[in-house]
Amino acid sequence: MNPPAPPADPLEDAVLAARLFTLAPRVFKGMVLRGSSPAREALVAALGQAIPLRRLPGHVDDERLLGGIDLAASLSAGKPVRQTGLIEEAQGGALIAGMAERMDAGIAGRLAQALDEGHTALVLLDDAVEPEDAPPHSLGERLAFLCDLSASRRWQGVALAPAGGALADVAALDEPQLRALAATAGALGVDSLRALILAGETARGLAALDGRTAAGKHDLTGAVRLVLAPRATRLPPEEAEAPPEDQPPPPPDGERDEQSDTDQQQQDPDLSELLVEAAKAAIPADLLASLAQGKAPRRSASSGTGQKRKAATRGKPLGARPGMPRAGAKLALIDSLRAAVPWQQVRRREAGADASSPILMRKEDLRIRRFEERAARVTIFAVDASGSAAAARLAEAKGAVELMLGQAYVTRSEVALVAFRGSGAELLLPPTRSLTRARRTLAELPGGGGTPLALGLNAAREVAEAVIARGRSAALVILTDGRANIAADGSPGRPQAAADAEAAAKAIAARGIDALVVDISARPGPEGAALAGALGGRFLALPRADARMLQAAIQAVQPPARAA
Amino acid sequence: MARFPFSAIVAQDEMKQALLIAAVDPSIGGVMVFGDRGTGKSTAARALAALMPPIMAAEGCPYGGSKEDQARYPEVVGRGRMVSRPVPFVDMPLGATEDRVIGSLDLERALRSGEKAFEPGLLAKAHRGFLYIDEINLLEDHLVDLLLDVAASGENVVEREGLSVRHPARFVLIGSGNPEEGELRPQLLDRFGLSVEVRTPKDIEARIAIMKLVAENEADPEGFAARWAEEDEKILKRIARGKAKLAKLVPQEDVLRDAAELCLAVGADGLRGELTLMRAARALAGLEGARSVTRKHLVAIAPSALRHRLRRDVLDETGSTARITRAITELFG
Repeated sequence: MNPPAPPADPLEDAVLAARLFTLAPRVFKGMVLRGSSPAREALVAALGQAIPLRRLPGHVDDERLLGGIDLAASLSAGKPVRQTGLIEEAQGGALIAGMAERMDAGIAGRLAQALDEGHTALVLLDDAVEPEDAPPHSLGERLAFLCDLSASRRWQGVALAPAGGALADVAALDEPQLRALAATAGALGVDSLRALILAGETARGLAALDGRTAAGKHDLTGAVRLVLAPRATRLPPEEAEAPPEDQPPPPPDGERDEQSDTDQQQQDPDLSELLVEAAKAAIPADLLASLAQGKAPRRSASSGTGQKRKAATRGKPLGARPGMPRAGAKLALIDSLRAAVPWQQVRRREAGADASSPILMRKEDLRIRRFEERAARVTIFAVDASGSAAAARLAEAKGAVELMLGQAYVTRSEVALVAFRGSGAELLLPPTRSLTRARRTLAELPGGGGTPLALGLNAAREVAEAVIARGRSAALVILTDGRANIAADGSPGRPQAAADAEAAAKAIAARGIDALVVDISARPGPEGAALAGALGGRFLALPRADARMLQAAIQAVQPPARAA
Repeated sequence: MARFPFSAIVAQDEMKQALLIAAVDPSIGGVMVFGDRGTGKSTAARALAALMPPIMAAEGCPYGGSKEDQARYPEVVGRGRMVSRPVPFVDMPLGATEDRVIGSLDLERALRSGEKAFEPGLLAKAHRGFLYIDEINLLEDHLVDLLLDVAASGENVVEREGLSVRHPARFVLIGSGNPEEGELRPQLLDRFGLSVEVRTPKDIEARIAIMKLVAENEADPEGFAARWAEEDEKILKRIARGKAKLAKLVPQEDVLRDAAELCLAVGADGLRGELTLMRAARALAGLEGARSVTRKHLVAIAPSALRHRLRRDVLDETGSTARITRAITELFG
């Protein structure tokens, strides 16, 4: 049994998905189109021919999204005039949002609600390039189709052929078909019932496109390919591995009995196995790769990002709230006016002859602006550059710094590096987001000499404090074996050095700075763990770790940033 | 203010070439200039805008709408007759607010006459011209987001403050920045058709020549412009000729194959790189007055068209330009 070959170009399935979507926008809710490519532009243009698409800019406000008071009309009418919102205006068509991976969670929430109530349908354009970046999960989960077009080689002659029939004319799926779909979803680790329901509707929709009145085997494999495969969270169990061509192995126990009893009209005795095979062939390559490595698929929540803070003066505008414009809070003029407008007639009556001013404002109308500013996380590496292991430790730390900076534009995080050796500590790389700069600064790192651990810790703490003073969060990653032999005053001697290091570590712990101690030496001793204990942080022994392992480990254990 | 003549700009040939190509075929999509301050980036961009022949635009239209815009956006462009106006050049400051960039409710009119009017922003001003952003790598994230959206769609959609406005905003985006001060988001980078690297000329003769020219210009701007008018006129003619020839220059199979092989060899993902490479080579052939697009054009423009599209391997320190040059040597000898 050969799995059906995946289509030659990802655009083919995307066109199919788009035809389904336009067949019944309220049923399928919409699609996520990943990867900025000429193919996607062509597909969006074709979609626009089929149903009205209304663009949803990222900076839309609640007023325009949901409808609200029309300020200008209300002013001239002297009474509140309501205006419709985008969701309402896009009825019968769909809203299309570019850069969906950057969509504000608040907007996503409103849209999710509108989707659930059947008020809207969505096309999300996802331009994310890093696995940590994705459109809000609440939306992606609700939309039937996820198509990745970044690898498409086509862009010409894209058109959506009209459907041969209507979804309503297609019979509901029968018991064996439902069972097979559910089993396939289970095998792929697709837990959401929404996805399963959408897959069933997709099978019916595929029949409708062909003008048939019942869904067949082919429609089910299509549904699995379009809806379930892109949502896979694990590879199907090994038993379902593609068998030698002519000798299918017995399917998993239990399933066979149930299937053979109920599945009368199907030639193939095991429909679910067929579907699982179809799914395996259709799991997108990048998802397959990350599943094979045992990683969870991408989610939009990125833990490396600094916590969002509500700031008074800078950042992305967030809307307004009642309050007095003082202490750096700016007046939100439009919102203040909008709050005042509905009361104009009443106030004019109260004010009587005194009402010559065009608009009567009161203190309670005043609104102040809020902005969102991200508290960027700064990861400070403190690297023990002493002794014989210095070269290796420095090289891997440098690699990890570069890897972290390689993704810094996603997490908006910065990296700094302090090295300590001989009788001093040095800030080699001040906090930066620039890979280019890090590379230049870290090109030549000197190593060797004693281990002034206390000095290194103090230097790192100073950097961290400066970072926190600027309203960002700091995390320390200390690469050392913890065997201090230079005291805080620069004099040699193990006992004093260890005592000073412990004091320095406790100062860091007292400041509440996250710390991680990593020992990459071949035989980690107890000192590293002791240091981590004094720091109130974690300890990782990673013998012979390279830069990639190191970076992965750091990202895995770093708790979400906290704004200081 | 009298502008500095484009033809009087010393050295920086790659940047000048990229700007001219963007002028010939704006669909290539903008130029990103990497490099230090004081290398003539903004001078060159400004000079190019001033060099371009005037456009015909609807009278009184704040967007400078063309005849096609009048058909597509009748409610915002209006029915004014076509009059000539200079190609707009908008210099967007880093600290620009979102309101200023996308436009906002005209508050005065709203209060005085209860009229809901849109006050166009910088994006509207830049339509059919150039939008220059210095230190684009330091631009705040939410501004980058909206720029990307507009650059991709060619229109600015405003849905806030009770406004619902859609107006055309197609421009050649020219960005500059020093990567040492912060990296650019790859999505934004990908929007630029071409990228160039500039350095201050190290050649002492070139530096002296620049100082002389700048001094001359400051002493007598009109006279200086007049002296360079003929040279500028030549460049203008080249651009016009290039534009006229574009449609006739259809790349042949062998050049297309070269382009595909080169993109594959350097690891430039996606079709966009290939299309841009092809379009840029075609525009270059047009500028040079060549009969057909050849491998020579392709090779000449490849670093500009591809260097910002290479797959990122953080641990590989070989520069992008070096990787492209190496691939060209390996493939084409």
